Amino acid sequence: MSGVDRHSNRNTDPSRRVVITGLGVIAPNANGVADFELALRKGRSGLKTQQSMIDAQFACTVAGTPTGVDELCKASFSEEELLAMNMNHRYASLAALEAWLDAGLVRPSRDSDVVDWETGAILGTGIGGMDTIAEKVVPLTNAGKVRRMGSTSVEQVMASGISARISGQLALGNQVTTNSSACSTGSEALVMGMERIRAGLATRMLCGGAEAASHYIWAGFDAMRVLNRNSNDQPEKASRPLSASAGGFIPGSGAGVVLLESLESALARGARIHAELSGGMVNCGGHRMGGSMTAPNPTSVQRCIAGALADAGIAPEQVDAINGHLTATGADPKEVESWAKALKREPGRLPPITATKGMIGHALGAAGGIESVASVLMVSRGFVHPSINCEDVHPEIEKHAASIPHTMRELPDLDVLVKAGFGFGDVNACLVFRRYRA
Amino acid sequence: MDRAEVMDRVVKILTPWVKDEAALAKVSMETNILEDLKVNSARLVDVVIAFEDDFDIEIADEDVDQVNTVGDAVNLIAGKL
Repeated sequence: MSGVDRHSNRNTDPSRRVVITGLGVIAPNANGVADFELALRKGRSGLKTQQSMIDAQFACTVAGTPTGVDELCKASFSEEELLAMNMNHRYASLAALEAWLDAGLVRPSRDSDVVDWETGAILGTGIGGMDTIAEKVVPLTNAGKVRRMGSTSVEQVMASGISARISGQLALGNQVTTNSSACSTGSEALVMGMERIRAGLATRMLCGGAEAASHYIWAGFDAMRVLNRNSNDQPEKASRPLSASAGGFIPGSGAGVVLLESLESALARGARIHAELSGGMVNCGGHRMGGSMTAPNPTSVQRCIAGALADAGIAPEQVDAINGHLTATGADPKEVESWAKALKREPGRLPPITATKGMIGHALGAAGGIESVASVLMVSRGFVHPSINCEDVHPEIEKHAASIPHTMRELPDLDVLVKAGFGFGDVNACLVFRRYRA
Repeated sequence: MDRAEVMDRVVKILTPWVKDEAALAKVSMETNILEDLKVNSARLVDVVIAFEDDFDIEIADEDVDQVNTVGDAVNLIAGKL
């Protein structure tokens, strides 16, 4: 890998080592990191029947949506700010603020002119402000009432709306942008932030992803028949990664944000370090070798995992746990096979492999952000959360069944956890999280 | 509707957009909407839509250009009632 030589001292130089000092999450099964950890440990589902999906005659009528967000927003943001914040902005802003405060940083005053030139944000989204487009822009435009749209629609539908919003809330002066790579978006954001800090271009980067809860976002997936239409009567059982009865994914929503920081800065300000982001990689399968717009090229997936490990300077046998992409579609068996090949593990030797999506569904552009928060919690606290709803392991995964945690596993020696996200467009992102050691 | 009542309703409509709450506490007809209340200038179009809805009137864009103070807004609206 060409990146290895370029960053030959990245594992020892404190200005190039990247650590996680802040976490924030808004998820279907919990708001805030403390309750999210409890939810993960218990295997708490956040999936519910959605009236909007029933009314629109979806085949799948279950989704994961955060609750209590408006109350949290009223406690955290001014009325003036909230008038221009759609759901995507609200989820992202709450998660970013939590990560900021969790890192021990001070929230800047709105009337201060001090800009933090050393901190930036890469906060991604998959489909963005679709709720605003569907409920405001299209109806008012079609009705010839463009004037009544007011001033706030552009900033809510522009792709970079969430990173732009948060840069204002936290006075960020480094690179502020929004990435978008379908379901690998959130994971990709962390790789990009890590690279920026390693390059010496930023000291801290808020990274992650957000996705609104809107049946307008989910409709196209239902039309593709990739959502599970067989479990509408049991919402909490509807997301079934790794199982024979998987039947498709369940859409989720929310936001997950981490604060990445150079080790040098974290040590200098005495910050609490959750874990180290030792390495990562993004690539694309080129829609070849079995890959397509909607299916991953297994060779590219394996190259992405192996490349992330090489970037981290970690051997495949050192991996202690996997938080997979694992959406509960027909791609799960192929993904597990790719993990086994990339980590060079025979059946029975694969480390514990778990799927956060069993609890929260597939949060699309937010998935990598929320699941990275889950991954960091597992590494820093030494556990692997249960992979719920796979009592009936898929026959093609049966040989690795012992590696699937049906209940929470305490792993006090958990050192290295690998997280991956794959997306439409045949794009991949892989992250290597490691227990922090000085 | 007398001007005092129009003034009360104008201030109520402006309130969510105001960034300087201290200035709002001592609001008068002479208070400048952008400079004193620190309303974001881009949000004036939202304020005008709210005026139109609340008072059931129409406000032309060229009229909006003449509004600087709370008193300007009150007089413009009162003239249309």
